Amino acid sequence: MAKHETPLLDQLESGPWPSFVSDLKQQAAVRAKNEAGVEFQIPRDAVEDLLGVLELSYKHGRTHWKHGGIVGVFGYGGGVIGRYCDQPKLFPGVEHFHTIRVAQPCGKYYKTDYLRGLTKLWDMRGSGVTNMHGATGDIIFLGTTTPQIEEIFYELTHNMNQDLGGSGSNLRTPADCLGSSRCEYACYDSNALCHFLTNNYQDELHRPAFPYKFKFKFDACPNGCVASIARSDMSFIGTWRDAIKINQDAVNKYVANDAAYPPNAGAHKDKDWGPFDIEKEVLALCPTKCMKFENKTLKIDNANCTRCMHCINTMPRALKIGDDRGCSILVGAKAPIVDGAQMGSLLVPFVEVNPDNDYEAITAVIENVWDWWMEEGKNRERLGELIMRQGFQKLLEVTGIEAQPQHVAYPRTNPYIFWKEDEVTGGWTRDVVEYRKHHLR
Amino acid sequence: MSELLSNKEAATQAVVDFMTKKSKTKSKFYFNDFQDIFPDDKLRDIKKVVNLLVTDGVLEYWSSGSTTMYGLKGGGKQHSSEGEA
Repeated sequence: MAKHETPLLDQLESGPWPSFVSDLKQQAAVRAKNEAGVEFQIPRDAVEDLLGVLELSYKHGRTHWKHGGIVGVFGYGGGVIGRYCDQPKLFPGVEHFHTIRVAQPCGKYYKTDYLRGLTKLWDMRGSGVTNMHGATGDIIFLGTTTPQIEEIFYELTHNMNQDLGGSGSNLRTPADCLGSSRCEYACYDSNALCHFLTNNYQDELHRPAFPYKFKFKFDACPNGCVASIARSDMSFIGTWRDAIKINQDAVNKYVANDAAYPPNAGAHKDKDWGPFDIEKEVLALCPTKCMKFENKTLKIDNANCTRCMHCINTMPRALKIGDDRGCSILVGAKAPIVDGAQMGSLLVPFVEVNPDNDYEAITAVIENVWDWWMEEGKNRERLGELIMRQGFQKLLEVTGIEAQPQHVAYPRTNPYIFWKEDEVTGGWTRDVVEYRKHHLR
Repeated sequence: MSELLSNKEAATQAVVDFMTKKSKTKSKFYFNDFQDIFPDDKLRDIKKVVNLLVTDGVLEYWSSGSTTMYGLKGGGKQHSSEGEA
């Protein structure tokens, strides 16, 4: 018999999709039975009370949670988010129900014994409810009390070699794709760069001094499996500068519908899409129309290729990314807060990704951007909003990057170009007499 | 780094004085409020000193989850008001 009646939540289980309500009920039942003999350090009925307070919120049409507080671990300004229920007498099990963010491993690689260690720890010292993974990418532990936080932190760091993630006005837990560990499209080792920057910027991760949150995300190729261009203040997207490598024999195998060369690497092959048509499925879909197929030869005008990856994705055995590889850096994406949702803007079209010099070309850009944002950013202003307020031109100035054609999103839409005196030959002074020789009044 | 910021005792006192003076109207401060105390210093230098004050127990963090603020330890709303020790 459930502790609280939950008719509104029960309705959420009736649809065709997996329901978090069912998951919570299952976890409540596991804690009630406690067949594993766990020595619970927070109320055993915490999950039942969680369901109860959610039902009440649905009934009232308003939340019964308060968030924020002084909870945290010693020396860290992030990783723990205080949560309190404003109906503690009705739901004592969730009177304090803090969230802990745990930094996810690069590429989200973990072994089963690591996951078992995490869940064992959380079953004992928390509610056992997790969110794998949160929007930033962290492993999220949902629901514990203040006295358990230091205990959890000690066990994570001392026994599992595991750090907390970021929250608050910090660098948030960097997130990356699988990169070259598994993917042939990877233009750089996203795992290595993510790991390096995570270690290099520990202070920024744990000791808050930014105007607001700041997120790094790493996509090793323009397919963008991590969607870094939309989800991070600074996005590192793999790219290449030379030509796409073409295997003409393989192209013709695709064209001939050779069974060993299924288009899209065999994805969606369960349905009969008809014979492969290179004109329709590749050339016509190229956003810059930089490809042509004549006399059994595929030609690509690489100067006009925007590295959209479509042709490579469609014919992966015939087309490969180039060899002169690095990444592009985009800045300013964010969710809709002040000016609506924004995608990242291209700041550095190509930068080398070189672990041998500690990625100095990349850290230089990062630190210049941070210095500007920390100095000029208003409280709770994301980098993208600062760029909108002060202008992309200002960002180029502070990063010492010269304006390039790639920075222009829409050519010829804005006639107002503001030159500074030192950017113009001869400055603002001019010889009027000389001018009048050629231009009459 | 300015003379004030490089002298830990003086820097601590300046921070405590600043926050105490404003304590009637607010108990939590954004990080960039510290720039008013140390106008000649870079924010990254200020950060090092301010975070030492947290470690020393002079200041404490307050976080909403998305934004972090600083306050004098024990000032403003505390755990006890939420029924915790």
